Amino acid sequence: MASEPLLFMKEVGKSFFSNRVLKNVTFSLDKGQILGLVGENGAGKSTLMNILFGMNVIRETGGYDGEIYIDGKKTDFTSPFDALNAGIGMVHQEFSLIPGFNVAENIVLNRESMKYNILVEAFGDRFRTLDRRSIIDRSSNAIQKLNVVLNPEVLVSELPVGYKQFTEIAREIEKKDTRLLVLDEPTATLTESEAEILLSSMRHLASLGISIIFISHRLQEVMDVCDKIIVLRDGEVVFETIPSETDIMSIATHMVGRDVSTAFARQVNPGRTIGDPLLTVEHLWVDMPGETVRDVSLEIREKEIFGIGGLAGQGKLGIPNGIMGMFPAGGNVVFDGKPVLLNDPARPLEAGISAVYEDRRGVGLLMEEPIDWNIIFTALQIQGRFLKPAFGGLVKIRDEEAISQCAREYIDVLNIKCVSEKQRVQDLSGGNQQKICLAKAFETRPKLLFVAEPTRGIDVGAKKVVLDTLKRYNEKYDTTIVMISSELEELRSICDRIAIVDSGRIAGILPADSPSREFGVLMLGAEKEKEKVGSK
Amino acid sequence: MNTIREFIEYAGWPRIIIGLFLISLFIIAPFVGVRFDVSVSDTLVRFGMNGVMVLAMVPMVVSGCGLNFGLPLGIIAGLLGAVTSIEMGVNGIPGVLTAMAVAVPIAVVLGWAYGLLLNRAKGSEMMIATYVGFSSVAFMCIMWLILPFRSANMVWGYAGKGLRTTISVEGYWHQAISDIGSFRIGEFFYVPTGMFLFFALLCVFMWYFMRTKTGTAMATVGSNPEFARASGVNIDKMRTFSVVLSTVLGAIGIIVYEQSFGFIQLYMGPFYMAFPAVSAVLIGGASVHKATIVNVIVGTILFQGILTMTPSVINSMIQTDMSEVIRIIVSNGMILYALTRVLKVKL
Repeated sequence: MASEPLLFMKEVGKSFFSNRVLKNVTFSLDKGQILGLVGENGAGKSTLMNILFGMNVIRETGGYDGEIYIDGKKTDFTSPFDALNAGIGMVHQEFSLIPGFNVAENIVLNRESMKYNILVEAFGDRFRTLDRRSIIDRSSNAIQKLNVVLNPEVLVSELPVGYKQFTEIAREIEKKDTRLLVLDEPTATLTESEAEILLSSMRHLASLGISIIFISHRLQEVMDVCDKIIVLRDGEVVFETIPSETDIMSIATHMVGRDVSTAFARQVNPGRTIGDPLLTVEHLWVDMPGETVRDVSLEIREKEIFGIGGLAGQGKLGIPNGIMGMFPAGGNVVFDGKPVLLNDPARPLEAGISAVYEDRRGVGLLMEEPIDWNIIFTALQIQGRFLKPAFGGLVKIRDEEAISQCAREYIDVLNIKCVSEKQRVQDLSGGNQQKICLAKAFETRPKLLFVAEPTRGIDVGAKKVVLDTLKRYNEKYDTTIVMISSELEELRSICDRIAIVDSGRIAGILPADSPSREFGVLMLGAEKEKEKVGSK
Repeated sequence: MNTIREFIEYAGWPRIIIGLFLISLFIIAPFVGVRFDVSVSDTLVRFGMNGVMVLAMVPMVVSGCGLNFGLPLGIIAGLLGAVTSIEMGVNGIPGVLTAMAVAVPIAVVLGWAYGLLLNRAKGSEMMIATYVGFSSVAFMCIMWLILPFRSANMVWGYAGKGLRTTISVEGYWHQAISDIGSFRIGEFFYVPTGMFLFFALLCVFMWYFMRTKTGTAMATVGSNPEFARASGVNIDKMRTFSVVLSTVLGAIGIIVYEQSFGFIQLYMGPFYMAFPAVSAVLIGGASVHKATIVNVIVGTILFQGILTMTPSVINSMIQTDMSEVIRIIVSNGMILYALTRVLKVKL
């Protein structure tokens, strides 16, 4: 080796309390190289980047294992400012720009060129004035390095999304000695042509000697632009390769494939029978921000556990939200032989469809109310249960006794850890809150239950309880369950069939025991044309 | 010791401090020449007069529409009922019932329209409500002149038309509700039993209502509207319903107030009526999202107690007649204090 690599990570690991999210990550990155970092949601990419940046969240939770070398020198950033000083820049998924400032002002923010005036003598440096001309020049230079055309005097709020992204990158490279740039899914919000421009600017930057870590879900882009690809799965580097030696298929396999011997091992119960179609969805569209469903047709059978997977933002969450009437939707939905009126949340509930929503705090729970109220509310409203007559039957009021009783049963059965059924939900942990969401849905005694992201943000132990509960409920009460999850392995562990959603459409439906690479291919939309990968 | 601490936590420091202050005023009163029985009696009467209007705050707070600063709208409905009843010349209890019978339908219609308006202004209900209250008062200032009331007791003497600013209900239904079962002890101590019973009746009604299916849905809409919607509750309908209920209670509240007070105050009369009610419920421990009947009762006693006692006691202490000035300072001071609590809860 002629020189030390710019960045060398050696056996980096990290665990949040007892939950290990990264282990033994080792890789190196040379000057002017582009490294592609791919992995499923939750594979540990963000944690790895947080470690690199010395983010507070890492130190507050007990630091990390392993060593990080920059230019051959061991470093340990104690704050993001150290990382910035060392020449590492990061462009986040969310834009951190000031919309009311123009491009140039955003690029040089907090590093503005200043002019001297007499007041400085009296009041110090804070009284220097801005040197507009120099600011414009500096930003123009930065933009030029990107190889794009962008007027530095345009307001950021008036820019198309792609150019906001360029502004952010320009800001990072304008810093004097930025040598390493981390781009976290920069193309996720871009159109194809914008992404193309971005990729060519990345190559240009690399040729200027700036190293780039490129995080993306779009495998084709990673293949096109990177010099080196690392696949993370469950916190480990499972595959390290260079594009010329591999293809999308094998990256996809490494991304999703997992040992069958994990906690979510699939158990097949031979006695299960699947009935006739229960829910038929035709040409469903749902206008849910960030999860748009364009044209989905599905047939879900009685007693089945049906999985819906796909990457974030592709529309899988829009399906239950649309059918349940939470977002504007259209299309034909027939349940149990009767059409379900969309856009009115009461209708599907009355028909016997319930849902556990992905937004636990926002939609799923009354955070400031006691547990029992959370559990019985839907049953009380829709089915008129838990009411008792008062004034000789003149009015009906809540039957507090029955409500507490019901809540205590669920606390028992689902092992919800709490002081009593009157405890407020906001005091419980995420896993226990999720159990309450499930209890609420179970209490409506649905024929069909949508469960969206039931394991998001809860620890491994609670995950298992939630999945087992769903499975048990399906077997015991013959409830049809539609589970929507970003975690393919979870779906595969309990579902009978799994549909993969891509760009608001069903990319394919596969039996759950199909090889994981086939799911990976569907997820990444690599073979959209070959629609018929799956069969029943 | 523990029970004391628990009580303090349950009641909250503000209520304990205000309560202690009120008690100290009662203790000082006899020493500065204010009769104790008069003080207590006055406080009780004022509590009964204002209770229903404070209760009117509950439905809207519970449904998440915030404090009903638009109470004057309900009050106007009540005033229309009251003047109609006098125009018809009905006396005693039937007179009060006539007033309510006329007022309630008007309050329902006004409340419904007010509710529709508030549904279009989610997030800034209290600001809109304040202006609804103010502008309805301004509008009625015109209407009181134009409306075709003819009763000689109510119109301006020189023109023979247009309602006067203050109309006496003496001879019609003065203290009609209050006097049901009322009694006196000695010359000065008067207990308006009927008014308390009526207030208690409405409290019980509200207590039961909050436990019905609709009441539960209303509280849930206030706690988390999206949760309620996901459970099939029509948010806008519940909100509108709560506004109607609040407006109707406001209308009934002002009639109770007038029969005890003895006068109907038109024109600018209702203008500031919302603030004491809002303050009372806040001092009682309610927040912008939560209010209970206990909050209403405690708050009304504390607020009206302080408002009754401070001017008379201080007046006697400093030997000059500035009770009106003190009353304004105290009442606005309490309102100011209570409104700072609104902001605290919001943040």
